[in-house]
Amino acid sequence: MPSFVITEKCDGCKGGDKTACMYICPNDLMVLEPNEMKAYNQEPDQCWECFSCVKICPTQAIEVRGYSDFVPLGSSIMPMLGTEDVMWTCKFRNGTIKRFKFPIRTTPEGGANAYLDLKGKNLESGLLSTEEADGYELPKPKATV
Amino acid sequence: MALPNKPPGELKAVRDPEFEEREVDILIIGGGMAACGAAFEVKKWMSDDQTVLLVDKAALERSGAVAQGLSAINTYIGENSPDDYVRMVRNDLMGIVREDLIFDLGCHVDDSVHLFEEWGLPIWKTSEEGKNLDGKKGQKMGTLKEGSKPVRTGKWQIMINGESYKRIVAEAAKLAIGEDNVLERVFIVELLLDANKENQVAGAVGFSVRENKVFLIKCKTALIACGGAVNIYQPRSVGEGKGRAWYPVWNSGSSYYLGMKIGAELSMMENRFTPSRFKDGYGPVGAWFLLFKAKTLNGLGENYGAGEAAKAELERYAPYGTAAVTPTCLRNHLMLFEMKEGRGPIMMDTVSALAELGKTMDKKELKHLESEAWEDFLDMTCGQANLWCATNTLPEERNSEVMPTEPYLLGSHSGCCGFWVSGPDYDWIPDAYKLKADNGKVYNRMTTVNGLFTAGDGVGCSGHKFSSGSHSEGRIAVKEMVRYARDHADYAPQASMSKDEIIDLVYKPVRTYLDHCAYTTADDINPNYIKPNGMMYRMMKATHEYGGGTATYYQTSSKNLEIVMEMLQLMREDNEKLAAGDLHELMRAWEIQHRIWTVESHLRHIQFRKETRYPGFYYQADYPGQDDKNWFCFVNSQYDPNEQKWDIFKKDYIKIFPDA
Repeated sequence: MPSFVITEKCDGCKGGDKTACMYICPNDLMVLEPNEMKAYNQEPDQCWECFSCVKICPTQAIEVRGYSDFVPLGSSIMPMLGTEDVMWTCKFRNGTIKRFKFPIRTTPEGGANAYLDLKGKNLESGLLSTEEADGYELPKPKATV
Repeated sequence: MALPNKPPGELKAVRDPEFEEREVDILIIGGGMAACGAAFEVKKWMSDDQTVLLVDKAALERSGAVAQGLSAINTYIGENSPDDYVRMVRNDLMGIVREDLIFDLGCHVDDSVHLFEEWGLPIWKTSEEGKNLDGKKGQKMGTLKEGSKPVRTGKWQIMINGESYKRIVAEAAKLAIGEDNVLERVFIVELLLDANKENQVAGAVGFSVRENKVFLIKCKTALIACGGAVNIYQPRSVGEGKGRAWYPVWNSGSSYYLGMKIGAELSMMENRFTPSRFKDGYGPVGAWFLLFKAKTLNGLGENYGAGEAAKAELERYAPYGTAAVTPTCLRNHLMLFEMKEGRGPIMMDTVSALAELGKTMDKKELKHLESEAWEDFLDMTCGQANLWCATNTLPEERNSEVMPTEPYLLGSHSGCCGFWVSGPDYDWIPDAYKLKADNGKVYNRMTTVNGLFTAGDGVGCSGHKFSSGSHSEGRIAVKEMVRYARDHADYAPQASMSKDEIIDLVYKPVRTYLDHCAYTTADDINPNYIKPNGMMYRMMKATHEYGGGTATYYQTSSKNLEIVMEMLQLMREDNEKLAAGDLHELMRAWEIQHRIWTVESHLRHIQFRKETRYPGFYYQADYPGQDDKNWFCFVNSQYDPNEQKWDIFKKDYIKIFPDA
């Protein structure tokens, strides 16, 4: 199900410091054509349909069309990624529309605790840093052969 | 109209790229769950004068197998014991596993899951009335670490709202390691041994996929965490749909290639994974089996798995086949049997399952159940949801087909190929599982090459780590790498190749292209070179037809293996003529080399093991059935980089944990 870019809507992320879809694509598929200032999917048959480009695009210029070798035409699924939830609009070939909202994270973006001040004490032990800090005791096999 | 004799991409490759050399103590290669675990943990143990760098071929925020999200964490020990975890993995992988590595992982995996929840990953909880609570409602029940109850689908799995799983984990990883210590969009293509010190890793070489620049990164110790191998066999969809691989399509076997090329010993490369998934869209089936209690039916509408014939077949593979949970390969085996007998297709009975669950639910709860079914796809395999939309499929009204996929190689899911690594230095672990480094010390998760470590899909003989276990294994490994670097503080890595030799090697496909591209009017067709795309199809066709691909229901034979090995040899020779006109194509040129070496290693192992250990994953027609007397052992192999020769041999399996 390769992603495609709607010509009208793509502005090549002119105002941004990077081309968002090109930055995020895990398979290096999205590229910017610098003269037209439009992005495109350079290798549609290597698209994993992960929707990373769709979710990150600031102008909602990217959508996905089902793989031509097994997906009938006429349907679409579109995510809208918020800070706490993702909203999905699923359109069926027969016109049915379903909407779903799922939570994505419980903390503000950028708020993950990286334990920057935590320093491990015993490099010779089998404990990980947070386990050591918690006083975790390493289990031993209950029985061995 | 311009002639098509120009490279297709936007970032053209030039003959003479820039060159950048760096040196760090600790090098992390990869950006997925294992690499992020390492990135989180590393600075907690480093001294102020030690240095680290993480190199990812994509962007950390969405790289690796969890890029798209996940709807479950498949390894959370919780109220269970690591001892039982070992027994579960051992049974699923037909007896031959490294129990030391699995137990060790089981001791640490929960700590990573607790961190994920603290960082903001929503984990479903069970209310006092036994209802499922997700998102912030679940959060109100308290954290897992505080003892609140997750929603267990199986004994080891817990449900999450995992669309942003990777973004959350990557955020913590990047903050912890420091943005300046992360190099994105650089693809490492070869490791280097030290020029003076035998069997010691000295660094890695690669290139930027954003600018014409080649890198040499010298290091005292390196972690390989580059995932498994995907599209090494012809996938079931060969048009656009070949991107819809079950595992991430960008996993190119780099983990295995990088280590094997400098002589690290591989183990159980004959093991593969051919997951049964919703047909074409490859949507997950776990929640359908475990959460919604659905059954699979054959074409006659029979629940074939519960029949007498299935029971008799499973008894042939006792004790594995008769265990409480049927091993993954044997579940495939039963399915393939139905299909071969003409009793396909296999259908997931979603209709009956949802109707059954609906009996005890009110309207609101039913609505939530429907939403859970869709979330399972939308969180991790969006395309399957679209396939349902495109075919007007409502799971409560119409069943969906299930099909075993093309083969994958990996070490973190229900598969166990990878490197032979050291276990931890505990007294209950046999000496044969403790690899001694040059200084006589044991470093957990170190390969047979000094200073070279691996985690996640890279570690052999210990599957069922999944996302959480890969993260904690990255943490385990990197702590040992800091220790290794400290113990080798005086070691100054000397790369075994010069700057010019490195550029010649890495940019060879570019130079081949530039030397010859003007000769023909069409860029892709030229007798002087082969494009990576063409080579990919050539590899896929060969493995598909001769190496036990879906073409033959995963069956191969000694004669077929002989043929495919010859073909692979020619492919390796022709790799010298790979051509790349732009940076994206250069990445593909190196990826296909990584894939060809990886799948060759897989087939070499299948050739050596004269039995069929994993029916349902593959069949060696000349040696059907298991032969415990001769083959209840690991198969290990080693490529000698000096002699350029392979060695393949048996390694003793040691049982540590008694049966329950």
